Amino acid sequence: MAWLVLIVATFIYGQRIQMTLMLREVEGSLFRLKFMRDEGRKTSISTLKELGGTEADPTARVDRFLEYVAIPPVNLDPSGVIWRLEHILDVRDVRFKDEVKLMAPGMEESQRNNMENMLEAALSLNIIYKVIRHFYVLGKKTKSLYIIMQLQMLLPLIMREAEAFSNALQAFTHGQPIGDGAGALVAAKLMHGHRKKKIAKDTVMAKVPMEGRIAYVLKAKGPGGNVGKPGEAIKQVIEKNKGKISTAIIIDAAQKLEGEKPGEVAEGVGVAIGGPEVEKYKVEETVLKYKIPVNVVLIKEDIGDAVSAMRKEVFDAADAAVDRIKRLILERTKKGNSVIIAGVGNTIGIGQ
Amino acid sequence: MSKKSSSSSRFSSIMIIIILVSLGLSIAAFYQAIIAYGNQEFNMGSYFALIGIMGLTFLTYMMIQTRRKTLKLPIQAQRVATTILCQKCGFKNIRDFQRGDYILKDTEECPKCNEKMIIASIYREVKEKKGKKELS
Repeated sequence: MAWLVLIVATFIYGQRIQMTLMLREVEGSLFRLKFMRDEGRKTSISTLKELGGTEADPTARVDRFLEYVAIPPVNLDPSGVIWRLEHILDVRDVRFKDEVKLMAPGMEESQRNNMENMLEAALSLNIIYKVIRHFYVLGKKTKSLYIIMQLQMLLPLIMREAEAFSNALQAFTHGQPIGDGAGALVAAKLMHGHRKKKIAKDTVMAKVPMEGRIAYVLKAKGPGGNVGKPGEAIKQVIEKNKGKISTAIIIDAAQKLEGEKPGEVAEGVGVAIGGPEVEKYKVEETVLKYKIPVNVVLIKEDIGDAVSAMRKEVFDAADAAVDRIKRLILERTKKGNSVIIAGVGNTIGIGQ
Repeated sequence: MSKKSSSSSRFSSIMIIIILVSLGLSIAAFYQAIIAYGNQEFNMGSYFALIGIMGLTFLTYMMIQTRRKTLKLPIQAQRVATTILCQKCGFKNIRDFQRGDYILKDTEECPKCNEKMIIASIYREVKEKKGKKELS
């Protein structure tokens, strides 16, 4: 009889039990996210205290930084949205750099850039934690199985991303090269030993003779954590050469699919510049204006590798990418032509 | 942000009730099974034993599902190696990464030919877990 009651109760309260089990799972992940968020905050504060060169306690400033938001421009009228977005991103960048300068006046520029990257990773962890907590509490309050179910289904992917940011803290603290810098590493190898000059904000260029052609090699200015403005730089080089560029080759890290090996090199066409796509847009506009073919060389890695210290496989792939670039230049251009080679990505821990 | 949030209880009351009821019923079923076996009612005894086993299985499943996963430290220190290379004679020195190292940085003089060496590489080696079969 009692068993019958239990079975009937399971039928009636089955959904409730399932919801409770899901909530427990989400709660476990939420605890881990909180732990990661707190670690990010603690690491940021301790690094600022260690290297900041000031006696002032940075805790309040860090807490304020971790709550920063950047509101994207209105896209109801899409005309000119890219330039409005670029302006907001520039303002955000300047604001972040100023904040870090105030928190750590004793830091040199490259260290300050690393610190900014680190605070951004801590900020991302804080946002992830808060969003998940929001839906967890909302699901609990409304007792909505569907809110909790969606959250529970997405959690494995969200946790992977959070763990990647968490691992990034070490690389940013110490200024180690990260997987995302694979493109910048290729450009650094090509421009090493040649004269560099600033071509756009936080971006350098070197004129390198290669296989009888002139290569304009670009990358973000290292070794501090920087992505520069590769799109603007490519646009500047094309405009300065009045469009007389035979081909542009962009090298970037790309997210690998599960089953692919990290450090695999792939080729293609198009503009491989990640992020908010402002830089990508600038390149697409300029190459279209002058009908310049754009080739890409991609170095595959997963999201965890992209923001943590560079793996050996990814580092080794840089040499394979250089070979591919040389082959592309030989096949796609003639002697005496000019080409653009742009290494895209965060150049933390990579000089030039 | 630095304030600690109040920790929630380990098990919710509804789960505790379900677990206790299942445990009680399982014990009762096993007791009935023993009595039935004692009265030579083997079929009835087997049924009760089966119900008891099912109850315990359900109980174990609920316990596993509701346990809080232990907090693993997600930030594991990664060993990163720096390779210093003499471009003239090829002398190589591999050491642990130190703060301030960066790829293509000029470093100390080569002990063999006194030429300035550079940091040729900085990377971490990842040991893949054994037994993982990859589909190619």
